Amino acid sequence: MSITRPSLSALAAFAVALAAASVLMTFFVAPEDADQGLSQKIFYVHVPIALTAYACFGLGAWKALRLLLTRGERYDLESYTGIHQGTIFGALTLVTGSIWAKASWGVWWTWSSNQLVLFLVLFLFYCAYFMLRFSIEPGPQRERISAVYALFGVALIPVSFFAIRLASDFIHPTVFTRDGPQMTGSMFAAFCTSWAAITLLAYVMYRTELAGKRTDVNLRDLREALAR
Amino acid sequence: MAVSEAVVRAVGLEKRYGLRTVLRDVSFELESGGALVVTGPNGAGKSTLLRLIGGLAAPSRGLLEIGIERRRVGFLGHEPLVYRELTALENLDLYGRLYGVPERRERIGMLLGRFGLWEARRQRISSYSRGMTQRLALCRALLHEPDLVVLDEPHASLDDDGLALLDAELGTLAAAGKTLVVATHDPARVAALATGSIALGHA
Amino acid sequence: MTAYLGDVAALARKDLRLELRARDTLPAMALFVVATLVVFHFALPGGASEDAAYGLLWVALVFTALLGLGRAWAPESEAGALDGLVLATSDRSAIWLGKALATLAFLLAAEIVALPAFALFFAPLDGPALLGVLLASVGICAVGSLVSAMAAAARGREVLLPLLFLPLAIPLVVGGVGSSISPEPGAYLAFLGLYDAVFAILSWAAFEYVVTE
Repeated sequence: MSITRPSLSALAAFAVALAAASVLMTFFVAPEDADQGLSQKIFYVHVPIALTAYACFGLGAWKALRLLLTRGERYDLESYTGIHQGTIFGALTLVTGSIWAKASWGVWWTWSSNQLVLFLVLFLFYCAYFMLRFSIEPGPQRERISAVYALFGVALIPVSFFAIRLASDFIHPTVFTRDGPQMTGSMFAAFCTSWAAITLLAYVMYRTELAGKRTDVNLRDLREALAR
Repeated sequence: MAVSEAVVRAVGLEKRYGLRTVLRDVSFELESGGALVVTGPNGAGKSTLLRLIGGLAAPSRGLLEIGIERRRVGFLGHEPLVYRELTALENLDLYGRLYGVPERRERIGMLLGRFGLWEARRQRISSYSRGMTQRLALCRALLHEPDLVVLDEPHASLDDDGLALLDAELGTLAAAGKTLVVATHDPARVAALATGSIALGHA
Repeated sequence: MTAYLGDVAALARKDLRLELRARDTLPAMALFVVATLVVFHFALPGGASEDAAYGLLWVALVFTALLGLGRAWAPESEAGALDGLVLATSDRSAIWLGKALATLAFLLAAEIVALPAFALFFAPLDGPALLGVLLASVGICAVGSLVSAMAAAARGREVLLPLLFLPLAIPLVVGGVGSSISPEPGAYLAFLGLYDAVFAILSWAAFEYVVTE
């Protein structure tokens, strides 16, 4: 790691600071929503988490593509970690979405939020990624199959989105509607701070997990070298 | 061929499956028309090395150069690589099509005859004995007249007749200038043709 | 190009020939789908709408397809024939295409039994509904053949296949049900066409990476 890149701990500290700032902004700077009241504040967490999940899945798919095209050794772990982070944030999206639904409409789940339903489908898809990965012996075949599956995930995102839109158009007409908030200046500022904080947090988590996995691999290689 | 160039060149081959290292630091050169014999105890990686040479796997580290187009390589593995519920004719016809073998019918008939399977050509492989299946697998491996023939324990499961047929075929291939790689538990059997050998130990 | 198509045809023919001999998968699929429809009759409460029945048709089709897909690569696994095909074909995607076409033939054959049974037990099927079934079947076999090959490389493949397949099948179910019950099926049929195009191309391109190292 070159000297000019900030160290991981510095980034982590900055992420925490940014998160603290975004909490303050959410509660003290952004105006309270007329209809939903305090519960609307979850929006400042829920949407960035969802966006971050998409970004992580995208990163996982990008690394997967690099793996298939260049056969570089590092890409397998990077793709896996990206997918893993995406799944974590996807689960958080479902949880925060559920909390918001309860606070807004009194139900823990609703099929009318297209985003929530999309995340449910994606969550199922990416959980199957781990089941697939850990049912195959470690080796090049596992890496390639995992990579192909990660790419399918990214194709599934827009296709599922359209499918869910079509479904809600006719098959399940929407009962509850929620307009995206028209964001005023201070709302937008709070949102962006929150988004930046969560993205940075995700990046730090990604780097940390990746470093941990790489260390595991290096440790195993060392043990093996010593054993000979 | 006046000058023998290396058909297969391996430098520092390593093959890992996750935590297991199956092959470590394997190097050799096999010239055109030569015959490489691979020996070693079970689990030493003979089959893995042959899969690498045959093009079914890629090394984790090291250099493996094969100077022959992938589909001009013939491969006999531990499994016969056939469809049990198809007949010998149907299996070979399929492979013949895929390999683009010219005058497929004649070639198939010739091979089946040479390996003593002509009478059983319309029987499904599920009714074959192990020896017959092995002979069919040999037909499949040689169907497209490969320049490089990779055989993983070809003598396994064969009865005396089969062994005689195989030895004759190996001699013919060597005389025709084909390049051979043979993994075997019985190196004495192929000693006459061998131009080089590798002994694999546990990695 | 003709060599490629010739390979595909030879491979698909091989699968049809194997099924004609063994005669196990196709009868099982046909029986399964009819049995499932009967179960649905008992599962649907009396006042259920006709639309609900169309939904269940699609559940039946997806699970019948899974039955067939689970066995799709079994002949290649038996004696390592998949390695043989990987060695022999110039373009490995031909292996996927041949398998997908054969699987499609089996699925359509099962549907020839299922659809009249459905019309008899539950509700009629019109043009758009049938076209939806056709388009969705293409998508099911395209994606299913690839995903089944992935599962074949893994332990616990019978359990793994449904987990891999179902999330990918959800858009097909939406398209299929929509084309059956919506007064404007055009959008749903177009969507099915889009799904087929995207995932067929993806499966075709990716298959090489699934079966080689």
